Amino acid sequence: MTGTQIIFLIFALFTLGSALMVVTTRNLIHAALWLVATLFGVAVIYTLLNAGFMAVVQVVVYIGAIAILFIFAVMLTRKDLRDNVSQMNKNWWAGAIVAVLTFAGLVFTLQGWSGFSKTAAAVPSGFDAISQLGDKLTSPAAYVLPFEVASVLLLAALVGAVYVAFNKK
Amino acid sequence: MNFWNDPLKVAATWLEGIFTGWGMDAVLAHVLVVFLGVLLLITVLMVLDIFLVWIERKVVARFQDRIGPNRLGPFGLIQPFADIIKLIIKEDTTPDGADKVVYNLAPILSMMSVLILWAVVPLAPVMLGIDLNVGVLFLIAAGAIGTLSIIMAGWSSNNKFAMIGGFRQVAVMVAFEVPMLAMLMIPTIFAGSMNMNAIIEAQNVWFFFISPLAALIFLIAAIAELGRAPFDLAEGESELVAGFNIEYSGMKFGMFYAGELLHAFTFGGFWSILFFGGYRFFGLEQVSPFLAILILVIKAMLGYWVIMWVKYTMMRIRIDQMLGFNWKFLTPLSFALLLVTALMNTLLRGAAGWLFVTGMFLSNVVVGWIALEIARSVAHKERERVEGPKKVVEAHH
Repeated sequence: MTGTQIIFLIFALFTLGSALMVVTTRNLIHAALWLVATLFGVAVIYTLLNAGFMAVVQVVVYIGAIAILFIFAVMLTRKDLRDNVSQMNKNWWAGAIVAVLTFAGLVFTLQGWSGFSKTAAAVPSGFDAISQLGDKLTSPAAYVLPFEVASVLLLAALVGAVYVAFNKK
Repeated sequence: MNFWNDPLKVAATWLEGIFTGWGMDAVLAHVLVVFLGVLLLITVLMVLDIFLVWIERKVVARFQDRIGPNRLGPFGLIQPFADIIKLIIKEDTTPDGADKVVYNLAPILSMMSVLILWAVVPLAPVMLGIDLNVGVLFLIAAGAIGTLSIIMAGWSSNNKFAMIGGFRQVAVMVAFEVPMLAMLMIPTIFAGSMNMNAIIEAQNVWFFFISPLAALIFLIAAIAELGRAPFDLAEGESELVAGFNIEYSGMKFGMFYAGELLHAFTFGGFWSILFFGGYRFFGLEQVSPFLAILILVIKAMLGYWVIMWVKYTMMRIRIDQMLGFNWKFLTPLSFALLLVTALMNTLLRGAAGWLFVTGMFLSNVVVGWIALEIARSVAHKERERVEGPKKVVEAHH
């Protein structure tokens, strides 16, 4: 086993463990903090895949903005932040079956893919992933349209949020 | 390869040679050497941090027309060590109802968010932790961890003052991250890279002279990110006692305090790296890496001094004014500046060096002037709305 594989296993377990804690812990703030740990684990996995930009953006957007927003929202809800009701509802077994089937289906589909058991080729030295990404996102031959559509969607959401929150005098 | 030209590499090769000589696995030896390098950097930073306490106290004393610490050792240099001994032997209290794990984790994360920044600081052309191609964004990512540590401290202390302080600080940090990110894009545009070393290498003319407004907005956002005056609402003593770190005692408080000082110094360093050429100074950095480190430290200290200067001469701003200032003035201004810079950069790309610098400088001045005029007319209207139309004073009264 190589060093990268060991690090991957450690962080995959860490990510899964903290994801489990997110849904099992009863304290909502703790759940949000475990979510931060989960997102951090995902960032580490991005780094292992040589996707440094994705890893940093993961931390900036998910930990720096979304998780903080979650924590704010939780803090503004109730004083106790705890419920004593059961954490499962009556359909837990159906959810479990769907989850197992999805996982099995994904594994089955991926096994038919030729790249499944291959090791990734080393990134050539001097390969600038970021400028490649930037070019692809702004070039008409590649992804400029989806990129712009997503931007317009986000702008519309922003304007909508301001409109909803705006206090007419 | 000579020790004086590339000390880190020579030392690392030498150490790795020793470790493998002991029969250690080559990969393991490499990991161990890298680990030792990180340990060395952190140790140097923490020792520097001790002296930053002394520097901060001396400088604030001068600003307030006092002498500052002068009893222990020459110029009071031993004073911070006495402070540390005091902090360590103080009773370590944990408030009732505090969330112990989160409470104890917060100061560690706070310190970590500062130390992790030094991973991307190029100390000299050949001396840097990691040559990250997203170095600029890394700055914001580390700031996110700092934000998290403050909200954790504020919430886990089980204290309303701490909670309000934490809320305020986080609101400020999240808000000022936006103009900071926009301003980080400007050196990126000029250098064509997010890599810190590439940004320094591109500064044949300091970016401060190409885009002074960007440097100014970055400094304002950095001060807000640091939570220092005039943006130190989180610890407004008169209203919140001490803000998010109110319940912390001893070395845990010391971690927040030392973290803040080192953070200020670090941002002084980033300011100098992004806008003042980093370790470059008339080719002196080529002479020796040690000279390059010296230049960077001097520039970082000057940046730190400017941050202290602002802190000790400005009064605190009210929280709503501060957020209004960011969202209604600084954010639109920084986006306008980013747009203008990107446009001008495309227009002037092929132009001669002096034309590029002059054009950029003038466009900055124009953008800043328009922003100030708009702010002035808005403020004027607001004043008229509040006070009523200006009364004409009679001449013979």
